[in-house]
Formats: sequence, structure tokens, C-alpha cells
Amino acid sequence: MSILVDQDTKVIIQGITGRIGGFHCEEMRAYGTNIVGGVTPGRGGETVHGLPVFDTVTDAIKNTGATASVVMVPPPFAADSIMEAADSGIRLAVAITDGIPAHDMIRVKRYMRRYREGNRMRLLGPNCAGIISPGKALLGIMPGHIYKSGNVGIVGRSGTLGYEAASQMQELGIGISTSVGIGGDPINGSSFLDILKLFDADDETDVVVLVGEIGGPQEAEAAEYVRDGMSKPVVAYVAGLSAPKGRTMGHAGAIISAFGESADEKVEILRDVGAHIAPNPSEIGDTVAKVLAIPA
Amino acid sequence: MDIHEYQAKELLAGFGVEVPRGGLAYSPEQAAYRAREIGGSTWVVKAQIHSGGRGKAGGVIVCHSENEVYDAADKLFGHRLVTEQTGAAGKVVYRVYVEGGVSIARELYLGLVLDRKEERVMVVASSAGGMEIEEISANEPDSLVRCVVEPAVGMQAFQARQIAFQLGIDPQLVNPAVETILGSYRAFEQLDATMVEINPLVVTTDGGIFALDAKMTFDDNALFRRPDVAELRDKSQEDPRETRAADRGLSYVGLEGNIGCIVNGAGLAMATMDMITQADGQPANFLDIGGGATPERVAKAFRLVMSDENVDAVLVNIFAGINRCDWVAEGVVQALERDPIDVPLVVRLAGTHVEEGRRILAESGLPIIHAKTLAEAADRAVKAVSNAPKVRKRNAPAKVADEGVPS
Repeated sequence: MSILVDQDTKVIIQGITGRIGGFHCEEMRAYGTNIVGGVTPGRGGETVHGLPVFDTVTDAIKNTGATASVVMVPPPFAADSIMEAADSGIRLAVAITDGIPAHDMIRVKRYMRRYREGNRMRLLGPNCAGIISPGKALLGIMPGHIYKSGNVGIVGRSGTLGYEAASQMQELGIGISTSVGIGGDPINGSSFLDILKLFDADDETDVVVLVGEIGGPQEAEAAEYVRDGMSKPVVAYVAGLSAPKGRTMGHAGAIISAFGESADEKVEILRDVGAHIAPNPSEIGDTVAKVLAIPA
Repeated sequence: MDIHEYQAKELLAGFGVEVPRGGLAYSPEQAAYRAREIGGSTWVVKAQIHSGGRGKAGGVIVCHSENEVYDAADKLFGHRLVTEQTGAAGKVVYRVYVEGGVSIARELYLGLVLDRKEERVMVVASSAGGMEIEEISANEPDSLVRCVVEPAVGMQAFQARQIAFQLGIDPQLVNPAVETILGSYRAFEQLDATMVEINPLVVTTDGGIFALDAKMTFDDNALFRRPDVAELRDKSQEDPRETRAADRGLSYVGLEGNIGCIVNGAGLAMATMDMITQADGQPANFLDIGGGATPERVAKAFRLVMSDENVDAVLVNIFAGINRCDWVAEGVVQALERDPIDVPLVVRLAGTHVEEGRRILAESGLPIIHAKTLAEAADRAVKAVSNAPKVRKRNAPAKVADEGVPS
């Protein structure tokens, strides 16, 4: 098993007629993702990359049975597209777009609360690399070949740092059940906590790697769950030990503005609840290997 | 994006927040003229720089005559003000704001932030405003008044009223206080701010409520739809390297160390800095050239990093995903052939077609120190720095390091 996506997940791309949407459409299909169409308002009825284009997400769902969407819409329009997906009945939206205004994301999160929890769309991102269940499906922009299939779950904010972790594991022969990017924005769809819960319930995930960074309360929130609810071991690395306070480090959300938001503080919190801390970013794979070697 | 106090006050005044009479000056003469325009017998001359803590650093001067205003402004102009937030380099004063003095009965604090836990706008207030607010929020967080705004309907008058009463504002002044709080919220919401801070918000002895200082920060991602806000940007207050980087679509933060970093992806860039620090080195910068790492971006990144005179070595760490290492390697070679650098260079490539990428670098004949892992890269960069000459000589031939066997 894996979480959220597999080879049967029917996927549409919002923004499929754009340059980026088109490029990654081909990459995802080459990986084996079941892409069934795309949405670009005003381009309904056209065919791109051999796939049907629809004007609305509702049309796309009616005609293809899609349950997941990859959002590759430019920032000014992305929040609107996410809300459209939520309203049309998409179950999982993966928002790749970087640069969505924070106030738009407040509105998106508020809008999604209109739906009862069991009925609510799950959102990953924005500003994330996507999600991959190795050998099954890739919804995003990550290089599929660095992920070997296996029993370790990964959840992280950063794209390339996630790749780094996955490739270290691949070199050690360690495989991945699913790798989830939750994105670098201050307000995002799913938190570390949300994804940890899914991995905890997944039969084929034995260890979870959490790749955090400075800024925000989500690592601390996840730590509470690691202490109180999580049954599986967690390996953690938090980037930004040498980041100065009050400066935005690339990701809009990577800024230390309050107590408990520095990498040091987050590492301490995670260590206290029993997470296995990777001492540096070069030893994420080794730390996972050690944890896997511990008899259950 | 940050703006100046006077700009924040002008924006807030447009939303119904009362501010003392004031005027901007670019010269001491103009400052004295502003004082005459404002009238009264007390003025405050305030250095306009993008930083808090100006008062403690001597950037706020109370004056009792036009001559004093002239002298105060004369002293501030061109002065490099070092506050606890600017770092040792400080910030140069090019503008001063002259404001009429008010007679203060009480100092309060009002702040609006984007709360990441609630994922909503939170209004924070305190009956103890002024310079001690940071200590209060650290030591007595419960004494702060907090109010979360429901985004679907925006802030309601009753919420502002509750805050005003909790601050112990005189019942006769609650209405103007509510106007101030609601006005600040509207400004926050309608201008895509990420922070509004009025500290202090003062109650005057004659029963007025004024924003005595104001600070606003805006969401860079929303500037495309706030052209009036975007034009308030003052590049003189930014690190010129960061401005250049931003104009070129790169994300750069200057630091104090001597190992320049060129990395793709923000998380990996932070991790690279961490690795250098753990190897007992000091990163000179954070630099994310974006996931793509195209040759053009690599070339721009080299020029940017080398413009920092503290840089004694450069570490390139690229994880090539969709783009291939051989392509990134070509970019590095092209950049160096066009603009050779005179400090040791450590390159670590990983990801797609890594062997080809390393071969291209090795065959280029350029004095590149190769590294296979992130740890190795940091280690070699730190060693290269300790072996490098202390003072950089521009245009001198690059030193070929003896370690780093091409793989």
C-alpha cells in the first residue's frame, strides 16, 4: 500500500495547456501516472498530449471520473482553481504553484471548511514538489527514478532536500512507500501532523522521515502526535540551523519570527518526544538505516 | 516587503487611523520648514530606516525649537544608524520624518499578524506599549489580548470593542479606539499585509488616540496586485546584493561568513549552510537558484556570489531532478570560462546523469574540487578556505587545490 495515490488514481491537470503543465504532464505519464485529462477555462474540447481538455473541473470529473488534480496554474489564479477543485468533488489536489498570496490561502482554507471532514478535499502544497508512491504514481515535479519502492514514508516541506533524502536512501537500498511534499508556504493545505497520521495508518509504512525547516508551528504540532499517538518510529531533520532570525530563507514560510520556530528549538522538541534526529543533512539515509535495523 | 514609518502612517490614515501631524524631509532646511508648517512647540525628528529599535539607537530626537529640528535632522542625514535589528552594518538615513509632539497619557500596543497556527489574521494588543513589548510577549504571554478574525466576514466591531475594553480604555474613547483597530484590520486585509504594528498606540492627555509609530510588512507574492504598495519599496534600505538577486529571480540572503553557496532549492540551500557550519565553516550567503538550475541561472549566481568580497571559496551544490547533471555541469563550465573566479571552487552534483556531469567538470580542466556527498562538499570547502590566502586578489589565477580527486 501507499498513501493518497496509487496506479489507479485518476488524475487531471489544472493548467494542462501551460508550458509547465504540459511538460510535467508528459513526465508524470511516462512514470505511469493515470492522467485522464486537464482543465483550462476556454480551451474545453481541445486535445493536448492526446488528452481531453475541459473548461471546468466539474466537466472533467463527469467525463473522466477523475478524483485527483495537479494544480499548475499561475499564482494569481491558483487559489481560485483550488477552490474550484474542492467544490467539484476532487478528493486530492496537489498544488505545485509557487507564489500564491498568503491572503488567498487564508480564503482557500476557510472555503474548504464548508465541507464536512469526511467530505473535504485534501490539499497538498502549494509551493510543493508533489507526491509520489514509487512504482505506482507521481503527481508533481519530482524526478521519479530516485525513489525506490519500499516501506519508508517521507514528508517534507522542501523539494530538492526531499530528493536528497530519497536518493541517500536509494543508495543504501532503502525504499519508499510514499513521499509527500507539503510545501514551503506559511499557510498550506496539509500539515506534517496530517501526513504523519496517514502514514501511521498505512500497513506498508514502517518508518517515517520528517524533513522540516525553520518557521511556523507545524513541526512542534507533529511532535505532540509523535509523543501521544504515533506508533511508528520517526526520523527527523530540520533545515536552517544556521539561518538568521527574521530573514526569509527562500520559502515564503521559512522565517523565524516567533519563539519555537528556529531549527534548534524544533530539533529539541522532536528529540524530546523520541524522534530519531539525523545529525546533519548528509546522514538522513544512515539514520533511517539504523532505525530500520532496530528490531520491532 | 517592508516600508517606512511615514509610508505606513499615510496608508493607515487612509483607513481611518489617526496619526499626529507630520511631514517628510530630505534636508535639514526642509525639516525646519516642516516643523513650522506643523506648528506647536514640540516636534520629534525621526530617522526613516527599515528597522525597529530606532529610539534606542538615537534615531528619534525630541526638539523644542526649529533650530533644534534643523540640528537634529542635520545630525541624522547620512548617518549610519545601527540598531539591534540592522546588524553591525547599520542602515543609512536618507529621509527624516518630522512630527508634532503629543502629550502622552498612556502607551498601548496594537499588532496584526498572519497567524500560522490558526491560518487566519490575529490581532494582538497590550495595555503596556512602548519599548518593552518584546519582553512582555516573551515573559507574560498571557497578558496579551488576542483576537482571531473569521476570514469569511472579516473583523467585527464587537471584537474591536472587546479589545478596547480589555485594554482598559476610557469608555468615552472606546469608539475612536474601535475605529483605529478596525481601520488597521481593513488596511491589513485590503493591502495584502503580513504585519501591521502600531507601537505605541497612544492615548493623549486631551483624549485623542494616535498611532505614534507604525510598521507594515507586505506579502511579496501579492505585490503584483498592489501596485500602489509596490512603489513604496525603498531599495536604499535593502542589501544591494539581495536587490540584485531578487531582480534576477534568485533568492539570496547575505550572511557574515566566507564560503559562498550556490544551491538549487530553499531547503537544500539551508541544509548546505547547516553542513558548512557543522564542518566549522561559515556560509557567506543563502542562495536558492530555483529547482531548475539552468546554465543562465548558474552564471548569474556565480557573479552574485563573487560580488561579496568576503567570499574565500564557493560551494556549488545542485541536485538535478528533471534537469540533468550533465546540463548543469555544462552551465558551470560555461560560466567559469566566461567569468573565471579566483577562489577555490567545490562542486557537488547529485541526481540524474551524475556520472556524465562529473566527467564534464573533470574534462573541462578547470580547477574544480569535486565532492560526492554533501558532507564531503562542506568539508572540502572549509579546508579550501583555511588553505586559501587571507586577502583575495582579484584577477589572480585561481589556486589549484591538491585534494579532490575527480571521480
